[in-house]
Amino acid sequence: MTEATLTHAIDHGLSEDEWKHILRVMNRTPNMTELGIFSVMWSEHCSYKSSRVHLKKLPTSAPWVIQGPGENAGVIDIGDGDAIIFKMESHNHPSFIEPYQGAATGVGGIMRDVFTMGARPIAMLNALRFGEPTHPKTQHLVSGVVAGIGGYGNCMGVPTVAGEVNFHKSYNGNILVNAMCVGLAKTNKIFLSAAKGSGNPVVYVGSKTGRDGIHGATMASAEFDDASEEKRPTVQVGDPFTEKLLLEACLELMATDAIVGIQDMGAAGLTSSSCEMADKGGSGIELNLDHVPCREKGMTPYEMMLSESQERMLMVLKPGREKEAEKIFKKWELDFAVIGVTTDTKRLVLKFKGETVADIPVAALADEAPLYERPWTEPARPKALGDVPEPKSITETLAKLIATPDLASRRWIYEQYDSTVMADTVQRPGGDAAIVRIHGTTKAIATKCDVTPRYVQADPYIGGAQAVAEVWRNLTAVGATPLAITDNLNFGNPQRPEIMGQFVLAVRGIGDAARALDFPIVSGNVSLYNETNGQAILPTPAIGGVGLLKDVTKHATIPFKAAGETILVIGETKGHLGQSIYVREVLGLEEGAAPPLDLKVERKNGDFVRILIEERRVTAVHDCSDGGLAVAIAEMAMSSSIGATLTTPTGIARHAFWFGEDQSRYVVTVPTADADRILSDAKLAGIPALKLGLTGANALKVDGEDPFPAGRLRELNEAWLPKLMGAA
Amino acid sequence: MKAAVVVFPASNCDRDVATALKQATGKPPTMAWHQDASLPDDLDLIVLPGGFSYGDYLRCGAMAAHSPIMRDVIARAKKGTPILGICNGFQVLCETGLLPGVLMRNAHLKFVSRDVHMTVEGANTMFTARYKPGQRINVPVAHGDGNYFADKETLDRLEGEGQVAFRYVEGENPNGAARNIAGIYNEKRTILGMMPHPERHADPLLGSTDGKAIFDSLVSALS
Repeated sequence: MTEATLTHAIDHGLSEDEWKHILRVMNRTPNMTELGIFSVMWSEHCSYKSSRVHLKKLPTSAPWVIQGPGENAGVIDIGDGDAIIFKMESHNHPSFIEPYQGAATGVGGIMRDVFTMGARPIAMLNALRFGEPTHPKTQHLVSGVVAGIGGYGNCMGVPTVAGEVNFHKSYNGNILVNAMCVGLAKTNKIFLSAAKGSGNPVVYVGSKTGRDGIHGATMASAEFDDASEEKRPTVQVGDPFTEKLLLEACLELMATDAIVGIQDMGAAGLTSSSCEMADKGGSGIELNLDHVPCREKGMTPYEMMLSESQERMLMVLKPGREKEAEKIFKKWELDFAVIGVTTDTKRLVLKFKGETVADIPVAALADEAPLYERPWTEPARPKALGDVPEPKSITETLAKLIATPDLASRRWIYEQYDSTVMADTVQRPGGDAAIVRIHGTTKAIATKCDVTPRYVQADPYIGGAQAVAEVWRNLTAVGATPLAITDNLNFGNPQRPEIMGQFVLAVRGIGDAARALDFPIVSGNVSLYNETNGQAILPTPAIGGVGLLKDVTKHATIPFKAAGETILVIGETKGHLGQSIYVREVLGLEEGAAPPLDLKVERKNGDFVRILIEERRVTAVHDCSDGGLAVAIAEMAMSSSIGATLTTPTGIARHAFWFGEDQSRYVVTVPTADADRILSDAKLAGIPALKLGLTGANALKVDGEDPFPAGRLRELNEAWLPKLMGAA
Repeated sequence: MKAAVVVFPASNCDRDVATALKQATGKPPTMAWHQDASLPDDLDLIVLPGGFSYGDYLRCGAMAAHSPIMRDVIARAKKGTPILGICNGFQVLCETGLLPGVLMRNAHLKFVSRDVHMTVEGANTMFTARYKPGQRINVPVAHGDGNYFADKETLDRLEGEGQVAFRYVEGENPNGAARNIAGIYNEKRTILGMMPHPERHADPLLGSTDGKAIFDSLVSALS
């Protein structure tokens, strides 16, 4: 076997120090297979070497948390013996290189993370970031990513129910594709990945191993340059048909008690699954690679261990249960092979054609992986925004805003996703959060993902906290009690102190918000090196949340319900225009401070609104975010074809009032006879609330301006994306 | 009414339609596996559910049409056992020749998932007796290959013989289907194939119950 050298190590993305570290822990020179295994296990993608010290500071527990970070996904208790298992994960680098397959396998990978723990996936979400609409690649990337997400998720028969999409030039060379999966399990039937015991059979199931995706994890841990497209062969190819069979077969086997531990083969495939299972089980694993089902002839141990072929799982069974398990996988026409055994040596040993081709202490790959406390600097924060000129007409400006890239309707995208399969989708895409009923019950979960990258860029701490607060607000706005989040932290190169500073502060903000809102982080993923030729993305810590509605009939929706109702805003409006969509889209400025966020106020306002929904005192609710009050009200009007007549209060500039992005606010409608009572209840609770006007007619009218038809607003809002995609 | 739902590998609306059938009949239907040689005796209804049978490989429904259980399904169909094929089930029925025509790729080439309005054309069949003739109903579609096509003579015959079951209302055809056809019957009106998913609109919480009448009609006719 060829001995590896420093040059090989550097070609594998390792540093000289890391190479020396390998020599030390091995106490000899590794061969090429062993080097390959170290390179993926110690990659940023698998080892979290730059992020771990900071992630440890996040709050991860609450009475309802069953499993926090560290397993394939997080688990929370929603009562009645039901558990929700969920996680969000990025597939950024592959999706830029090969958008259809990159996005499709991102969906497949996150679904496996969830069903490997015993859950049936019940909802999919995605958070997408693309470059400028005018960039020559954007249309192709949007088209491929959306088709890939749909192509995989639709075949799996899991509804894609919510998401978010931004366009910004910082993503021109690095798009972000973050997929989230929410699954349902029983609290007493949750499967972990520990390969406990010695002498237990190690079983490979699913698709055969091919040469695709070799070094995918390493690619995902490096910056892009002009030659990145040459990495297309490192992108895996997905087969949702096999995954659907794998899902059903796994759930069928999980109904028995034959499984000791189970883990999907995701990034770094057989290597990471076997190492992580042995590490968590405190055991060793010996694999005989002659038994690995291979798609191609002549595959080497190196290739088998580094392949990222999709739709594969590794399981440890109780001894003697192999036949029973095999029968289930044969029924579903999947490969099933006993490829090894657990040992008590705490070593990963690989045999091939009678020879030992690798022998590595498991701890060296997992626990002893490098850990970096990278230097970081406080990023410079932009100056507060100066005076901003007032537009002639609020409604004309609004009409312009709702047809801009970040506010235009996403219908062209979400209509390519099956959002109603499983027949439990109560709130489809287009609401503040999706609502999915727990099958056969009257309760439901609400789920949504969100982040406002321009706020994070302006102030990573506030931006990180705001992302958590916004998800909490979205879940609250449909009437749910927010329970827990998953985070997907997308940043640039952590070896640059200013990028590391963004990361450290954003994580701090996320942690503080999660603590203040009792909204712990139960799973997550970090994607660094989202840079091309030294140009980093906007820092984008996407947050995905899950909440519970004990009685699904007590939920709120966005559309106005009737004419003559009173429109209220709950929460204080000061008119903060810094970093707003208004300033960016109308004035062309990405300037000003991020909007301040008071987490105590956030919680108080949200709890107040949630109770109004529970008591059925409000008829429509919408959280107030991008574009401020005017955009929130326009969305309520466009989705109902009922207009509104609005009055600007005195003492505040009109555009600051209607387009300011102050936080912690909700727009609600109430029967006019009840409005004063709700205002006095708010006052009693110490919550600012204000009448904005009345619903009615079919146009929006602000102060003395000409009415603007709601139908025309909707046309403008709907037209932008189909036009971009050449499908008007 | 004794119903069976056929489960192919990667069927994914089998549970949904079983839920709608259970709601209508009070008891769960039999779930029949694609490898089974035969269906239970005395069936009143066979349902071919939506999904991506065999991963849509080759052509949607083409491989399912040749699976072991389909021999019995075809034999029962010829004896007059009612069959409902939804979405992928409709594609399977066309591939077996139990229904005429084919379902091509959507005209815009993209998957489409949305609510559509359609009219109940040939009412007063065992599938639609609970609707008013010409009633406009709202049912979701979710498919990539729902673009119904047949030659002119076949289309004329379907229309002339009252075999068009549902038609998308003008302007809402989601896939380019010929003559806005959303669903068709066989000559005896014992077999219905349709692209929209009535089982997804059988519960008020999901936005509409316009699909429920199909299951209720079948229960009335077959119990």
